[in-house]
Amino acid sequence: MAEQVKREVTLNIPIHPNMELVAAHTASILAEIMEFEENHIDEIQLAIIETCINAFEHSNSEDSKVTVTYVLTDDELELKITDHGIGFGMEQAKFLTGEARARAMQKRGWGLEIIREMMDEVDIDSGDDGTTITMLKKRV
Amino acid sequence: MATSFNVNTRTEDGYAVIETDGYLNGPTGERLAETAKDLMNQGYSTLVINLEKTRLVNSIGISILIEIIEFLQEHGGALHFCHLTPVIERTFKMMGLAQHAEIHPDEASATTNL
Repeated sequence: MAEQVKREVTLNIPIHPNMELVAAHTASILAEIMEFEENHIDEIQLAIIETCINAFEHSNSEDSKVTVTYVLTDDELELKITDHGIGFGMEQAKFLTGEARARAMQKRGWGLEIIREMMDEVDIDSGDDGTTITMLKKRV
Repeated sequence: MATSFNVNTRTEDGYAVIETDGYLNGPTGERLAETAKDLMNQGYSTLVINLEKTRLVNSIGISILIEIIEFLQEHGGALHFCHLTPVIERTFKMMGLAQHAEIHPDEASATTNL
């Protein structure tokens, strides 16, 4: 089987209000080029917005920037969002199940759950030198 | 991609409609909350938020919508939403909004029994 051609776009965005929209809009354009359905483009945009605002709010990154890499293949869009901040503990996000949190109308701390809901695969690599969230959306 | 956010309001007999246009996040959510409170202070405790021109709502924007619902409930009011995209509706359901506010496909169905 022939190896799929990968096309890659990298964006460095400053940690600044509304910059998450730049990352989301870029994803939207790339997903349109790949002929994703409109609903799936919205899912990708929301996932990238939540990932970026998590990094903006919690990374305490010294370089005050987030790097977004978009990798396009024939039938998948992979997104890697990297900050060079302090990292975060996964336990923070696990104290209540989504259903229990919804019942309690918990207002904040939904970012990771939304990201997982919107994307097909999500991988989080977090340590003292920063966090990389890798997300994959398959074109159905 | 517009970063502008606009809110239009319209008052009817017994309820008010708020139409949003643009990305709903923390700062724009706060503007929406102020608008809702102004309408409450004018005596409109039943509000319809029409999101037809809003395609993206982040989790901070939703947290402010929850605050609006709580504020309305404390004052005997109710909140209705209409014209949600499938992704916005799914996120609302995930975060528990749908248990405390009604979701309608369009404004006509939202206002039928108000």
